[in-house]
Amino acid sequence: MLRLNRFSYVAPGDLDGALALMEKHGQDAMLMAGGTDLLVNIKQRLATPALVVGIRELPELQGYSLDRGWLTLGASTRLCDIEHDPRIRMMYPALSDAAGLISAPQVRTVATLGGNICLDTRCNYYNQSQEWRRAIGFCMKKDSPICRVAPGGDRCWAVASADTVPVLISLRAETTVVGPSGIRRVPVESLYQDDGLVPLTLRFGEIVSSVHIPPPDTWTTEYAKFRLRQSFDFPLVGIAASVRRDPDGNIADARVVMTAVASYPERASGAESVLRGKPLSEESITTAGHAVFRQAKPMDNTAGSIFHRKRMARVLVERSLRHIAGLPERDARTA
Amino acid sequence: MKELFRLNVNGEDTDVAFEPYKTLLEVLREDLDLTGTKHGCELGECGACTVLLDGRPVMSCLYLAVEAQNKRIETVEGLADRGVPSALQTAFARTGGAQCGYCTPGVLMSATALLRENTHPSRDEIKEALAGNLCRCTGYIKIFDAVELAAVEITGPES
Repeated sequence: MLRLNRFSYVAPGDLDGALALMEKHGQDAMLMAGGTDLLVNIKQRLATPALVVGIRELPELQGYSLDRGWLTLGASTRLCDIEHDPRIRMMYPALSDAAGLISAPQVRTVATLGGNICLDTRCNYYNQSQEWRRAIGFCMKKDSPICRVAPGGDRCWAVASADTVPVLISLRAETTVVGPSGIRRVPVESLYQDDGLVPLTLRFGEIVSSVHIPPPDTWTTEYAKFRLRQSFDFPLVGIAASVRRDPDGNIADARVVMTAVASYPERASGAESVLRGKPLSEESITTAGHAVFRQAKPMDNTAGSIFHRKRMARVLVERSLRHIAGLPERDARTA
Repeated sequence: MKELFRLNVNGEDTDVAFEPYKTLLEVLREDLDLTGTKHGCELGECGACTVLLDGRPVMSCLYLAVEAQNKRIETVEGLADRGVPSALQTAFARTGGAQCGYCTPGVLMSATALLRENTHPSRDEIKEALAGNLCRCTGYIKIFDAVELAAVEITGPES
């Protein structure tokens, strides 16, 4: 049996209680919302908290509200609700699609939006049992100074693997973050840094309490995901593509975000700039695909080969943009 | 240290002592002797441990038992009514939806949740509802057949 380590468990009644517990217990304590990522990591001894602070039921983390076009979702909103709630799907279909592509139905009934935002980075050499990791001498992300992906380097290359995050960034979403030093509003994009070891910019003890998504206006967004098992799996690459067209049909603005090819959700800035000012056509879409192919630099640390993932990044962005443009899907053999 | 908690399992309140770091799967199998719920990958990748919490399927290997207080827990043991298998269970037997049977309790729970919400699911809806249940024997076809047969048995053919 893969047992959890022995920890105490407290579910505080409000957010202040959770903050106080984190302050009191420091690094010995870990926050848990749905727990579908954390409990796996504990079973594999990637984390060994002495105290688990259950925050799923915190009243401050619940809710759905609309204010001047902005949608606010509590961080505890379950992924299955984002997937199925017609109000969310109508405004942000790509977000519902991305939530529905996460893991399995039995996980989405428990896993939360905040948990997906704070998902730990992943790597072939990290997400393994303790015995497996011991056999290779561990890795930089846990218990060794050496990264097994790039042993000569001085950093960890574990990949950002959340599916909702690229969509949230493409939608220009923001979060409310509550911590010991008060409340701050942080764009989703600013929550991340290019460091597999410490992927989040959150300070210790800070909690993402809600997510705010601006009105969709004239933006159209798509999320496409490539994974090994179609039924449920983490992304080997995921692309959120969002465009806003001006009245004459040209692209006024574009946001393209890649997941699972770097330690952070990476803006495909090359593709964004080649799209701006042009009509959404075969030509501009192909150029954007090439730009994504050039920029995506996955390391050999998930399933699939590097080249396959790089090529799928291009395929996915082209597929999404063609769908937005109303162009027919390309023949898989020529893609 | 063990503490005493009250869990509602298959409609019955049960007082059971367990440590706060025990998963619902461990408590069901080891403390309540409800071994119908199977212990597969233990990492949320196979669905063998699926139970219903307030009617929704969850992986009991990734759910702390302490967090299942004040919720309705349903396991495969609760499907039969006084020894009579549910329509879904009967359909599995009739179509050969169970072979080695290890994934079957989890599949039954996912499919039970589906059929309560959607009395005439399409095959694609069945596939999606069972996407988190791994089966290595059947190739899934007979499982899908069983769910379709059960839907007809429960509510009659779709008009």
